[in-house]
Amino acid sequence: MSATIGSAALTALLVVPAVGALTLAAIPGYRVSAILNAVVCAATLSCAGLLYSHRPEPSLYLIVDDVNTVFLIVSALVGFTTSVFSAGYVAHELETKRLRIRDVRFYHAMYQLLMLAMNLALVSNNIGLMWVAIEVATLTTVVMVGIYRTSAALEAAWKYFILGSVGIALALFGTILVYLAAQEQLGQGIVAMSWDRLVASSGSFDPALLNLSFVFLLLGYGTKVGLAPVHAWLPDAHAEGPTPISAVLSGLLLNVALFALLRFKLIMAGNAAVISPGPLMVAMGLASLVFAGLMIYRRRDIKRMFAYSSIEHMGVITLAFGLGGPLANFAGLLHMAMHSLTKSAIFFGVGYISQLEGTQRIADIRGLTHSQPLLGWLLVAGVVAIAGLPPFGIFTSEFLLVTSTFARSPWLALALVAGLAIAFGGLMLRMHGLAFGDSAKHHTLRGYRLVPMALHLGLVAVAGLYLPQAIHAWFRHVAGLLG
Amino acid sequence: MTPLDTDIAHLLAGSMVLVSFLLLYQDRMFALLNIFAVHAWVLAFSVAWQAHLQQAPHLFITALIALVFKGVFIPVALHRIVVRLGIHRSIESVVSVGPTMLFGMALVALSIVVMLPVTEAAGAFVREDLAFALSIVLLGLLMMVTRRNAVGQVIGFMSLENGLVLAATGARGMPLVVEISVAFSVLIAFIIIGIFLFRIRERFDSVDVRALDMSRGESP
Repeated sequence: MSATIGSAALTALLVVPAVGALTLAAIPGYRVSAILNAVVCAATLSCAGLLYSHRPEPSLYLIVDDVNTVFLIVSALVGFTTSVFSAGYVAHELETKRLRIRDVRFYHAMYQLLMLAMNLALVSNNIGLMWVAIEVATLTTVVMVGIYRTSAALEAAWKYFILGSVGIALALFGTILVYLAAQEQLGQGIVAMSWDRLVASSGSFDPALLNLSFVFLLLGYGTKVGLAPVHAWLPDAHAEGPTPISAVLSGLLLNVALFALLRFKLIMAGNAAVISPGPLMVAMGLASLVFAGLMIYRRRDIKRMFAYSSIEHMGVITLAFGLGGPLANFAGLLHMAMHSLTKSAIFFGVGYISQLEGTQRIADIRGLTHSQPLLGWLLVAGVVAIAGLPPFGIFTSEFLLVTSTFARSPWLALALVAGLAIAFGGLMLRMHGLAFGDSAKHHTLRGYRLVPMALHLGLVAVAGLYLPQAIHAWFRHVAGLLG
Repeated sequence: MTPLDTDIAHLLAGSMVLVSFLLLYQDRMFALLNIFAVHAWVLAFSVAWQAHLQQAPHLFITALIALVFKGVFIPVALHRIVVRLGIHRSIESVVSVGPTMLFGMALVALSIVVMLPVTEAAGAFVREDLAFALSIVLLGLLMMVTRRNAVGQVIGFMSLENGLVLAATGARGMPLVVEISVAFSVLIAFIIIGIFLFRIRERFDSVDVRALDMSRGESP
């Protein structure tokens, strides 16, 4: 019975956004389509919730297991709140004539297509299908980043497109190599691309082929995660696209790419003769952390600054998963969830700020706690959370990560703490200028529009103070599975 | 499989590497498009030969897609765009021809050194095919890096995708889903690029990517 409900939920998880995309492409009025967009996202969220308790039988193409349900639920939740935020944001963009009605129709259809592609990437059991889904997700975000058609937006979209395609091409080459390694053992055909079969029998694969494939996969999907040195597209894409898309990029798409990397890490883990993928991931994660931390200081654009903060946090998560072991994996998983919630909340706030102030330049924005107190203080809470201060959940996950790293390699822990401290300093410095000081302006913003942001930050604060036992047990179980 | 069969497969894959080198130093727009068409044609023959050797009829579809779509449709469409935008004179490269070619040769050597020992178990036929495919992928990357012009970068990207298709067909029995998806992604990529080229034209009166670099997004 449970499996039947599960398979129905799984089908709905993919069909609902697909139908939503088609419907939204046909609806001209933006008010109706903005509401429908949120309704479709809510339906997707309830499907993801159902999958938590009802698991369908894995097929050759799709699978729902303990690992991807975490990602699915985080993704569907942030997708839903972002669609609520997006409704108000888009209305304002239409008023100020930055977007036309036609653009908004296109935007809503692409939003659902992106949700579909991300859901498909998460539930796919076939490494080829997963690749296709991530490629589609990349292409939909490329066109959304370029939607304003300013020269900066076009440059950002072009850079994203070129770097993203190169990354995705390298990932496909890696996927082909994995298939080659598998088909000697599992036989030709679709079976040799099914992830669960690959994990079960990777012990007998040719280690040299697996080694080579992982290098390609790490560079390929690593580009999508935004790891240094292949991160160059990320700040531009975040700064120039519509803010809801910045929230979805940072909160969700980076996670999906990281999830793909984790799938392959598990295949590698089954073979004793291959190089350990851990140190490679730790090195790239640490490099991203320190590099992005330093880059935060000299940013002039507020969205760009938080984009670098995303690179920093993806570095932390990659480092945690690269380190491995139950505790570090737990910290990585928690950090992933907390970062998605916090960073999307910050982008919601930044979206309102840039609309109210009419600029994204940090130097031109000051005294937000005076000009719009609720928004200003929520932004302060968000930055405090993302910088890793208690009582927020990111403090918990960073603390767990640092302690577990310290127990295993003290020098690495020292570098990690230094990186975190650098980013902390940069964020605090900028936040001070943005939030405090005098401002002659007074902005009006209806309180209900801040609900998504407050909800995210509330969840992050609750997780930091008291992580419910059920979630704790669930994450610990998944961390154990991740090796 | 007779030695002759293998030799023909290698001849075709090797020719693709050679055509990649031709793409690398081409500095005139129309010549670049024509040579890309040749690249796609050789790919089509190579895939068709693989289909014949592996007795995998579905690969003929892949060959046909390569022949019609990449070998005819895209070059013709790009040709029209180039004429309409009036950018057919010449293409600027960041690095001059000599160093680029030397670097390209180094990349081919690298891919052979990397692939041959790794795929020891996979058999001579597959491993040499993969070494060629990796060379084409790397040469495509090099071309994307050395071109300033948007059309040049797009051609580099598509030659890279051709290398991927070659690798996918070389891996025996790889399910069709991937080949179709590669062709499909090129289609989407092409549409997007088309839109981009026109928008870029609207804004800057040129498809030189350097014009884009002027707008760093962070000017003080």
